Amino acid sequence: MLPRSRRETTRLLFLISPSLFWLTLFFVLPLLLVFAISFGQRGTYGGVRWNLTLENYGRFLDPLYLRIFGRTIVIALTTTLICLLAGYPLAYFIATRPARWRNSLLLLLMIPFWTNFLIRTYAWLLILRDHGLINTLWTGVLHNFMLWAAAAVPLPLWDPLVSATASPLPLFGSNLAIIIGLVYGWLPDMVLPCYAAIERFDFSLVEAAQDLYANRRKTFLRVILPLTMPGIVAGSILVFIPSLGAYVTPDLLGGAKSVMIGNVIYSQFMSARDYPFGSAISLVLMAVMLIGTLLYFRLGTENEVN
Amino acid sequence: MKSTRIKKKRQGRWLDRLLTAHGIAGYLFLYLPIVILVIFSFNTSKYAGAWRGFTLDWYKTLFANRSIGAALKNSLIVAGGSTLIATIFGTLAALAMERYDFRGKLAFDSVLYLPIIIPDIAMAVMLLLFFILAHLQLGLTTIVISHIAFNISFVAVVVRARLAFFDVTLEEAARDLYADEWQTFRRVTLPLIMPGILGGALLAFTLSIDDFVITFFTAGPGSTTLPLRIYSMVKLGVTPEINALSSMMLLFSMALVFLSIMLQKGGGSGIEIV
Amino acid sequence: MSEYAVELNKITKHFGPVVAVDGISIFIHDGEFFSLLGPSGCGKTTTLRLIAGFELPTAGQVFIGGQLQGDTPPYRRPVNTVFQNYALFPHMSIYQNVAFGLEMKKTPKQETRPRVLDALEMVQLPGMEKRKPNQLSGGQQQRVALARALINRPKVLLLDEPLGALDLKLRQAMQLELKALQHRVGITFVYVTHDQEEALTMSDRIAVMSEGRVLQLGSPEEIYDRPANRFVADFIGETNFLGGTIRTSGPDEWVVMVDGVLPVHLPAGEGLRVDESVTVAIRPEKISIHVEPPDSRAVPGVVAEVVYTGTDTRYLVRLTERTMVTVRQQNIGVGPAVRFPAGVQVHLHWRPESARLLTA
Repeated sequence: MLPRSRRETTRLLFLISPSLFWLTLFFVLPLLLVFAISFGQRGTYGGVRWNLTLENYGRFLDPLYLRIFGRTIVIALTTTLICLLAGYPLAYFIATRPARWRNSLLLLLMIPFWTNFLIRTYAWLLILRDHGLINTLWTGVLHNFMLWAAAAVPLPLWDPLVSATASPLPLFGSNLAIIIGLVYGWLPDMVLPCYAAIERFDFSLVEAAQDLYANRRKTFLRVILPLTMPGIVAGSILVFIPSLGAYVTPDLLGGAKSVMIGNVIYSQFMSARDYPFGSAISLVLMAVMLIGTLLYFRLGTENEVN
Repeated sequence: MKSTRIKKKRQGRWLDRLLTAHGIAGYLFLYLPIVILVIFSFNTSKYAGAWRGFTLDWYKTLFANRSIGAALKNSLIVAGGSTLIATIFGTLAALAMERYDFRGKLAFDSVLYLPIIIPDIAMAVMLLLFFILAHLQLGLTTIVISHIAFNISFVAVVVRARLAFFDVTLEEAARDLYADEWQTFRRVTLPLIMPGILGGALLAFTLSIDDFVITFFTAGPGSTTLPLRIYSMVKLGVTPEINALSSMMLLFSMALVFLSIMLQKGGGSGIEIV
Repeated sequence: MSEYAVELNKITKHFGPVVAVDGISIFIHDGEFFSLLGPSGCGKTTTLRLIAGFELPTAGQVFIGGQLQGDTPPYRRPVNTVFQNYALFPHMSIYQNVAFGLEMKKTPKQETRPRVLDALEMVQLPGMEKRKPNQLSGGQQQRVALARALINRPKVLLLDEPLGALDLKLRQAMQLELKALQHRVGITFVYVTHDQEEALTMSDRIAVMSEGRVLQLGSPEEIYDRPANRFVADFIGETNFLGGTIRTSGPDEWVVMVDGVLPVHLPAGEGLRVDESVTVAIRPEKISIHVEPPDSRAVPGVVAEVVYTGTDTRYLVRLTERTMVTVRQQNIGVGPAVRFPAGVQVHLHWRPESARLLTA
């Protein structure tokens, strides 16, 4: 520690006190509170009976909760994977446009992102539900077309198609709807870090590789991909973590059978009023995310990540 | 990126077309839902299925809706208040982190960054429990407190990024020219990091206005913000009024984006992605 | 005791385990152009910053104008600095930059304006007040930095490698300008540079530094012609080093046996005895090259390489199996002046006082 004058120490204290005070009182303290409560028990009227029991954590072994946790992780991983497969090429596309277009393209990317998350999720509700856009077309225009085709060209192959388009697709309330909603919400969070990594990539390396007889596929796998990996890692973490803790998306787009951990936490606090159990779940969720973030730092420290 | 041209072979051109197609498809995917929202806010039909005719009725109902007006007012109060305080606290913290070394700096750094990493729902739960056990009445105040709690970190990150690019010799030059610490800060440091501070403030404002989960848990009866109102409207049933509201909010977001560009142009060259 | 402009008394500065400045004592006279010269990392910039007040010494005292500075902050010291990267405030106009120091000292507006315009005239930048720093070239920015510092009439002006970013021709022109300016204004200049030619051109006295210590302090001639040790001889200009042992040490003349086989005659030195290892240092331009030995002291050798550099011809001459020397001959005549092609036997001669005896 470098020697510091009294004057400087006072200044330093002045700078950090407000945030230190606020965060300690309204963040660290609540966090410790959650930790403490997770070992307690639900009181008779919804209060907290302070205790030191592990029964809340034990409840995770119940297949019901294990299934929900499993589903949450699967949904989050699927979302991340889709975002990666769709987002990386999108980032590549933007990064390889002429410089003057790139800023506008990035801007266009950000505008939907700056819209309220609820609204964006609601938009998918409009599209996916039984009387929504897709299904109106499905049971309307498409169904009518199938009927007309069946009448015009009488073949048995039309029958299954006609009956399929008679009823709406069960898109809404499914895991699929949740995944679509999450991908839509977090895609920019994958595109931006990938873009940053690709933009910084020295494309003369591609020429060097091709000079050494590498075809496009090999060049991509052996040169481009490894060097843009920090962006991929960053983007994946930025998508995976919010997806894991999603609440709004499964609440609006999912059904009773597509409950995620976020919904469980909500119901523990709002309906069941089982604060200790809800706290335990939150802590487990945070622990899983912490591990994910630490993994990211370990993977990302070899290269410079922004 | 260097503008070196890669030899375009036949195969290459096909790949490029595919990439461009994917790019266009990506943007279509991002904008389609929003466009649908806007279009159907003018639709006479209640269902987003068929187009029945152009109407401004839903906008009229929207502007007449008092509860939405009240929710908007609450949102602005909360966003305004929390942004102001969070920006000040966050900027001070950023200055401390970038300029000083002290015992416990790492611990403070972690505490400063944790609210960003932690999921919304976990933070919402923490704060709710705290307010309940502290016997604090849930209302606008608790919302503001919560918003400040997470916004400090975001402001600090943005300002720190700006400070990292700051040329320290400028401050030394000022002190060499007889400016004491306060004058140096006021005349040299502050003007030059102001774009960063404003960027952080804008981010904080946006996050606050948009926030749902944390607000949901820490709000009391009568302290509804706009996102909460939207949520209850959606839960009750789909009305095109929501579409109209959504279009208005989209317009508002676009305005904010343009505002941030103007700010960036003032401070640096080109657009920086926050 | 007369007041020195700057006095450093056993100044030491530690950065954690690193010793940047190691017990330096320097006296700088009023009105002197004083240079701190040395390679990167030698502590010269740190020393300058200790005078300015940006760093506080771990041990020792800094006096400016006879006054002990203690932990006085920079804004209370009667010195001003010209920074390496100029550090002009980008959000202020040239006028506001130059006026900044006066503004901090609460100088009234009527007095400020004429002084700013005068200062800009002095550095030959009239009419630039309204511009912003990013609209000026590097050389112009440098002069603004100079004006901004000098306008405050400091007791001492500190300059931290101010010409580093300029190209060669501009740099050389600025060196002369700075020297002239310093004479005109009469202020003490403390100048930090790693360019020895620059230091030799401009300074009244030079302190050669390495690893936090002053190796030699003196006028340019002293430093150049009578380097105190091997580092100074090597760092300043070019030097040939011949290693050997003292063979005879007569009252007028000594003989050093280079590499055990080559006798070299020198004027008598002191403090050394026969059989002690020494290094003989001679500068290339002090050696003349001949076919026939001009006197008995001439040293024989064989030309190994010839290099033509426009102004000079340089000969690499092998004296012994292990020792080669460089000889510089000015190309006084025109046309291929290669008088001694490679492989030819020659004799080298120099004036006795040109050779310096250094302990190995």
